[in-house]
Amino acid sequence: MSFEISRSNMLTKRIIACLDVDGGRVVKGVQFENLRDAGDPAELAQSHGESGADEIVLLDISAAHQQRATLLDTVRRSARQLFIPFTVGGGIRNLEDAAAVFSAGADKISINSAALADPTVITRIADRFGSQAVVVAIDAKRSGDGSHWEAFTYGGRAAAGRDAIVWAHEAEDRGAGEILLTSMDRDGTGIGFDCELTRAVADSVRIPVIASGGAGGAQHFVEVFREGHADAALAASIFHYGFSRLVDLKERIRSQGIPVRWPC
Amino acid sequence: MIAIVDYGAGNLISVKKALDWLGQECAITSALEDLVRASKIVLPGVGHFASTAALARLGLKGAIANAIEGGTPFLGICVGMQWMFERSQESPETSGLGLLHGECERFPASVKSPHVGWNQLEISSSSRLLRGVPSASFVYFTHSFRAPITETTVACCEYGGQFSAAVEREHVFGVQFHPEKSGTVGLKMLSNFCEL
Repeated sequence: MSFEISRSNMLTKRIIACLDVDGGRVVKGVQFENLRDAGDPAELAQSHGESGADEIVLLDISAAHQQRATLLDTVRRSARQLFIPFTVGGGIRNLEDAAAVFSAGADKISINSAALADPTVITRIADRFGSQAVVVAIDAKRSGDGSHWEAFTYGGRAAAGRDAIVWAHEAEDRGAGEILLTSMDRDGTGIGFDCELTRAVADSVRIPVIASGGAGGAQHFVEVFREGHADAALAASIFHYGFSRLVDLKERIRSQGIPVRWPC
Repeated sequence: MIAIVDYGAGNLISVKKALDWLGQECAITSALEDLVRASKIVLPGVGHFASTAALARLGLKGAIANAIEGGTPFLGICVGMQWMFERSQESPETSGLGLLHGECERFPASVKSPHVGWNQLEISSSSRLLRGVPSASFVYFTHSFRAPITETTVACCEYGGQFSAAVEREHVFGVQFHPEKSGTVGLKMLSNFCEL
């Protein structure tokens, strides 16, 4: 199915700022490696919110493979003065982990490895906190022969043996409220989102799809909304290193006819 | 004290956080005596309409109805607003409070559902809750069912057709969106409610 961007339907496309956190600091890698320090998560969440981010995602990228609990203190500090939607992911294995993150002030949790290992965890969290609070994150990589995209687990370290589109569909059926779709091939490259991947997933589920991985400029956002059929798009490094002010980015996207929250 | 009604559904922290930030004394509670004593009542809600069945089971439905009858200002958020109507297609066997007439219905198949994200308000009537909020302001929605437009509608929103985004009758208010997640615009509405 396909849903056109129309003028009469004023639901805006969301621009989401992502904070990848390791050891309580925001970092951003290129293709999941070469991590660099970029600041305090609570301060960055606040400043992104003030400069027009429609939503904040905080991903504890070290958590899954180190089997470490999410940094609840970071979540608490970040959430305190944040009055836009706030999603937290990384290292959430079960309902109890999710409950702790919600108690610390998150509005949504994002799960990846745990859901691949035991898809029923999606339903358990959705039944308790509502589907709107459950984001299933999918790290997808084009297969060697280019025929499909594979879902990866543990921060991109292991292939999960699942087709990304089939998995997105199952996640929706099990109660996911949104899909956060990261192209591992594009992540950190700045050459643009994978519109083909995004469109393939967005057209096969009814829930919103957040495109991630590869943002390098305003045009990339326009492309992933138009050609990729994304409902939202996420970027991290573009904001951290002064490549672009968020408010300028939104103005550029809006000037191309994409509905965004403006002024914000 | 503002009572934030806890009926075992969803996450109430965000609402409390916003009221705390506004400097309001508030508590998340399911104690009937708290609703009797409360200066105001907020009924948040996420997830399924069926979860509101717990309000009747816990005796909270009657306590809320009594408080409203006694003049306590009331604000329903999201499913909390839908519950103010008679019923919802989402769970036909669960009755709402019935303070407002009509039934909440599913979005048409022509649009993606749930409706998630920032959408615009079209403010149609003067409203105490929306005082100082410009029409066309953006607020954050996340819901799969929508409330009909009635004579109590003070703001509507367009998504596969128009629906009630905010309702208001005397000291009773409902919002389909999440004011606690709608930035400064949302905080303004919560502040208006607190100042009633």
